[in-house]
Amino acid sequence: MHHTPHRLDVENITIAYAEKTILRGVSFVVPHGARVAVVGPNGAGKSTLFKALVGLLPLQSGRILIHGLPLGSHQDCVAYVPQREEVDWRFPVTVRDVVMMGRYGTQGWLRRPSKTDREIVQRSLEEMGIADLAERSISDLSGGQQQRVFLARALAQEPHLLLMDEPFTGVDVTTQETTLRLLDTLRERQVTTLISTHDLNLAASRFDRILLLNKALIAYGPPKDVLTQENLARAFGSALLVTETGALLVDECCSGD
Amino acid sequence: MEFLLQPLSYAFMQRGLAAAVMVGILCAVMGTYVVLRGMAFLGDALAHAILPGVAVAYLLGGNLLLGALAAAVIVALLIGMFSRQGVVKEDTAIGILFAAALALGVALISSIRTYAVDLSHILFGNVLGVSPADLWLTSALGAGILLTVFLLYRPFLVISFDPVLAATLRLPTELLRNLMLVLLSVTVVISLQTVGIGLVAAMLVTPAATAYLLARRLLPMMLLSAVIGAFSALVGLYLSYYLNIVSGSAIVLTATTIFLVVFAFKRGRR
Repeated sequence: MHHTPHRLDVENITIAYAEKTILRGVSFVVPHGARVAVVGPNGAGKSTLFKALVGLLPLQSGRILIHGLPLGSHQDCVAYVPQREEVDWRFPVTVRDVVMMGRYGTQGWLRRPSKTDREIVQRSLEEMGIADLAERSISDLSGGQQQRVFLARALAQEPHLLLMDEPFTGVDVTTQETTLRLLDTLRERQVTTLISTHDLNLAASRFDRILLLNKALIAYGPPKDVLTQENLARAFGSALLVTETGALLVDECCSGD
Repeated sequence: MEFLLQPLSYAFMQRGLAAAVMVGILCAVMGTYVVLRGMAFLGDALAHAILPGVAVAYLLGGNLLLGALAAAVIVALLIGMFSRQGVVKEDTAIGILFAAALALGVALISSIRTYAVDLSHILFGNVLGVSPADLWLTSALGAGILLTVFLLYRPFLVISFDPVLAATLRLPTELLRNLMLVLLSVTVVISLQTVGIGLVAAMLVTPAATAYLLARRLLPMMLLSAVIGAFSALVGLYLSYYLNIVSGSAIVLTATTIFLVVFAFKRGRR
């Protein structure tokens, strides 16, 4: 069968959770190696989209193809970097243990980690600048270090498609820079990345494409085509402020959810 | 020496000790997951939920352990089913089933004539009444649980720490989660005879919680928990023999004392 490598194809997907539709009729195609910022207000369905892409949420309709094949046909294709609050950081594991978990998919259930697995884990730790923390307990880490542990684990998974949920929220400058550098490395390796963010400047300056979302797809394409006043008004509604200079401010602070 | 050996001159005491130590280890190992996954309430609920199974087995003259086992597995799977789609929260599902099963169990047992004695054995354990057949069954089931935990160490670690990662790695998370519930149920049932329904939760939680205070990785935590569980069982049973108190209570109080000492030690070092 012929299929184009490194490519994500989302065809008209609708996702509902507990009988409430969260995303309706979303379609888009991501070419290989592209870097896409997923932007939208809180509750727009960004995390939901990611969870669907990972295969965690069932689709009401539509389909998701990776390399032209349905989700799940490829064993270790997708890596997901969750928001930091999603795991218990007091769990008794070391940094190296967490990164090694990224290799479990390829290891099989019962096999012990091979030399290759160990080397990949070590390299991932070094690339994220946390090799010196490898034997530390994860409960000792700062927020930025926790984030880099997740990134190292995603690297160790050797994914074709990497999803990151809000990696720039509440982290220090070093971690933000490390993350952006990682994105450049991943582009060289032809890894397709989808990243949700609140930072419109960052989305406009460091990404090839922007996916603007609010319960449905508002716009998708190069930043200059997507970030128009009209599109942003449709996505953010009353949270959008137009200042005298024409600059757009989005009030996303302190939402209750 | 005489002090330690004298109780062992009775065969029932030897069997009781073997059963108690085995249960101490099993509960402590499964308890590691109970503590880390926040399933303490579930463990307690499972313990109470086996009551109707025991009662039915008793009324039909069957094996009590097998009756308990069947009830526990059914309730564990029902909880999984009710809470899976997020329609009912898991702790709500547990609350409903736990109370219903307990009520059904008490209703059944109250129809038995020697009700009071039997109920107290089920609630508080009767470790000195362990028969050779019980001991064999306990050993076989216990070995099966430990082997499963050993083989599935990595998948269980991932579904406990980060279920989302487990899903992206295409691990059968639903199956693993149910398997863990079944292992927990079997552990609870095995513990029935030693510590009784009322105190199983303590044996699941206390040694593991103590080990959690001391260990930095999962495997050492599990091993340490097992040592604490076995030690508590051993000391508890001797205390029970010499002080003439209920064995289940003696075991649990020993484990609690160890926890308090470790807790105080940790606080003191802060």
